[in-house]
Amino acid sequence: MGYLAKFRVWRGDSGRGALEDFEVEVNEGEVVLDVIHRLQATQTPDLAVRWNCKAGKCGSCSAEINGKPRLLCMTRMSTFTQDEVITVTPVRTFPVIRDLVTDVSFNYAKAREVPSFDGGDVGPGEFRMKQIDVERSQEFRKCIECFLCQNVCHVIRDHEDNMPAYAGPRFLMRVAELEMHPADVLDRREIAQDDFGLGLCNITKCCTEVCPEHIKITDNALIPMKERVVGRKYDPLVWLGSKIGIVRKPDDTLPA
Amino acid sequence: MTELERHSYDVVVIGAGGAGLRAAIEARLRGKKVAVISKSLFGKAHTVMAEGGAAAAMGNVNSNDNWQVHFRDTMRGGKFLNNWRMAELHAREAPDRVWELEAWGALFDRTKDGRISQRNFGGHTYPRLAHVGDRTGLELIRTTQQKIVALQQEDHAETGDYEARIKVWAETTVTRLLKDGDRICGAFAYVRETGRFVVFEAPAVVLATGGIGKAFKVTSNSWEYTGDGHALALLAGATLLNMEFIQFHPTGMVWPPSVKGILVTESVRGDGGVLTNSEGRRFMFDYIPDVFKEQYATTEEEGDRWYTDPDNNRRPPELLPRDEVARAINAEVKAGRGSPQGGVFLDVSSRLPAEQIIRKLPSMHHQFKELADVDITKEPMQVGPTCHYVMGGIEVDPDTGAASVPGLFAAGECSGGMHGSNRLGGNSLTDLLVFGKRAGDGAVDYVDGLGARPAVPEAEVEAATAEALDPFTRPDGENPYAVHADLQATMNELVGIIRTAKELETALEGLVGLRRRIAEVGVKDAGPGGRGYHPGWHLALDLRNMLIVSECVAKAALEREESRGGHTREDFPGMSPEWRKVNLVCELAGDGGVALRRQPMPAMRSDLLELFETAELKKYLTEEELP
Repeated sequence: MGYLAKFRVWRGDSGRGALEDFEVEVNEGEVVLDVIHRLQATQTPDLAVRWNCKAGKCGSCSAEINGKPRLLCMTRMSTFTQDEVITVTPVRTFPVIRDLVTDVSFNYAKAREVPSFDGGDVGPGEFRMKQIDVERSQEFRKCIECFLCQNVCHVIRDHEDNMPAYAGPRFLMRVAELEMHPADVLDRREIAQDDFGLGLCNITKCCTEVCPEHIKITDNALIPMKERVVGRKYDPLVWLGSKIGIVRKPDDTLPA
Repeated sequence: MTELERHSYDVVVIGAGGAGLRAAIEARLRGKKVAVISKSLFGKAHTVMAEGGAAAAMGNVNSNDNWQVHFRDTMRGGKFLNNWRMAELHAREAPDRVWELEAWGALFDRTKDGRISQRNFGGHTYPRLAHVGDRTGLELIRTTQQKIVALQQEDHAETGDYEARIKVWAETTVTRLLKDGDRICGAFAYVRETGRFVVFEAPAVVLATGGIGKAFKVTSNSWEYTGDGHALALLAGATLLNMEFIQFHPTGMVWPPSVKGILVTESVRGDGGVLTNSEGRRFMFDYIPDVFKEQYATTEEEGDRWYTDPDNNRRPPELLPRDEVARAINAEVKAGRGSPQGGVFLDVSSRLPAEQIIRKLPSMHHQFKELADVDITKEPMQVGPTCHYVMGGIEVDPDTGAASVPGLFAAGECSGGMHGSNRLGGNSLTDLLVFGKRAGDGAVDYVDGLGARPAVPEAEVEAATAEALDPFTRPDGENPYAVHADLQATMNELVGIIRTAKELETALEGLVGLRRRIAEVGVKDAGPGGRGYHPGWHLALDLRNMLIVSECVAKAALEREESRGGHTREDFPGMSPEWRKVNLVCELAGDGGVALRRQPMPAMRSDLLELFETAELKKYLTEEELP
């Protein structure tokens, strides 16, 4: 079953680096991460790669395979032909630490800026929520924080100068998750636009395409958030309601 | 002298899974300055792998449930070897710990009346597991992670510094606990990214490092699970309890080879999935042990009725505790009735409509589709046992999580006692929360009660530095990956799910050789700077820990001449009430190896004993112990 595959792996650090060629054994059923591990065990014990669960659940092993942002553990070798050269490079948007490992601290900094869940006065054990209402935010909480959406989003991938003003799809989705959380009492529409740069997103759906959890980031999080922002700005009743404090969440209706 | 950084904290928590984060939250809520040291990035800990749910007797789905029933189930699951006080605290406090998560933003699946839904699981009398589909662990880790962020935001508002009171040291690995005399005074670590060393000065350390699965070849555990906390504690003079008990989860993937061992959640069975052999027989009906005869269905019809009418039927034997199911699968495969890829069949496709499978088991559907090209809504999975969890661990005081070394605390998988000889599914996530909080409290109380704080002796730091740099002194030493592979093979083949004295003796001899080889492994500098993100070096250091826990497991397994829970001796197949009274304790021997001694099991408090029928107690206890 086994064969020798041709791999080109980026080696280097923040200063410099280059693609290095390898020939490495591949067996039936393996994924790209298995092959990287075989390189470590047999040819390059210092090849740096970040990984944990090897089951697509932790989101650690993000990289670019033949230029496509992917999880190394969820990319099966059977998707390539045996004579194909497989090129593995670190994710492009974040600075390289070494080899395939990048500095993703940008994401943790952005996570800290999103105002946390606020359940109001409801005590532990007292929450009552309908399944249908929790499902919207549950979809976003499937996120494994692989940051592939952050990596692929051209707002920061191609324009580094947008980084301070733009939280990226993952954290705009986090704002949406809290905005749609049935028990959260804050209104997050203004901060989405003003503090996290929702307006910079022009819904090219690249984030949705690369999401290994198949979360519909654009359709279910970003576009609805944009609509809510617009609703708040331009709907006079919602505007008035929010001013006098009877409308807190965008999907609240005015009391009859 | 190698350059190193020094940082002072009140409490240092080692491990950033559910237990570590919960301990850190508690210590910070009580005003302490806390460091969380995480071997991986923040939010990636192995807790994310937990699928089924968090067991807590909230009684949302069946109001007959309460902490006493949960306590009884836990003791039965652990075959009465549990530390009864831990099982009691866990059963009593689990609901509060789950509700608290909800107040921090967690979104569990709901009942019709809007409360937290609960699902059935092996060994639990009533539907008890709070869950989010089959990704409950991710919800738990994300919620505690986000709670830490919320606390950092409070600190930022007050001081202008997010890390004023709680700092997460991502991708940082502790290699030694530091002691001032007989007390803990800190920890020595390296930062993965740069390889630079850090000395954490702290009077209290909470270990929450998880398990030891990476000492075995077929495991559901990730690379971090190298027994760090177990080994650090032992090396610092603490004791390890009942290390022979290892849970082989009955259902791991068996194919493709590269994912062998990856977990298939027990929820598949809780939601109706059945186990069959190559003859199409639901073989679990042939494996109901005497102690569980009254609680399990004897016909398929009754078992199937239970899913819709649990009050009038007994549960199907697919939902026996994990040790029973794992042994049964092992026996079927050995008898030649296995599946083509060396496991047995786990089928949910003929039991539930496709749409329900995808809704209830989304990550299993995804996992099999992506990794094995199997659509579980159309065909059965093939599964077999995988090393999943270690019941044994650091011996702690049940109420405070204090280990025998002053200033040292432990919680979660790396601590011992709570689960006895076998852990029930779902009890792990609430174990993390209940005892994470308690260890956090224990550490704070300890720090508050101290007079003068301990100081870090220079000699301790020098010794730890030399030890960490040692693999670089042998650039032509043996490849650590090769030694690791041999260690895993030894443990898997000789100290696995079914054990014999002869094989265990062979394993112990093998470990002597491996100890010599581990002392001789070497690595080369990785480019400029030398130690930045150097996986070979990291593994070389982790090997020490895996060796120590392997020696503990093998020694205790050889000593315990009975079969119970996660310890099956082919040469001693029965469960012995005399052995139930014995805890096996490992500690550091004078020669740097592992010493083993017997210690009596504390007698259960009488009001807890009264929760059981005497007829049931007779199956576990000696005549003199009966009420």
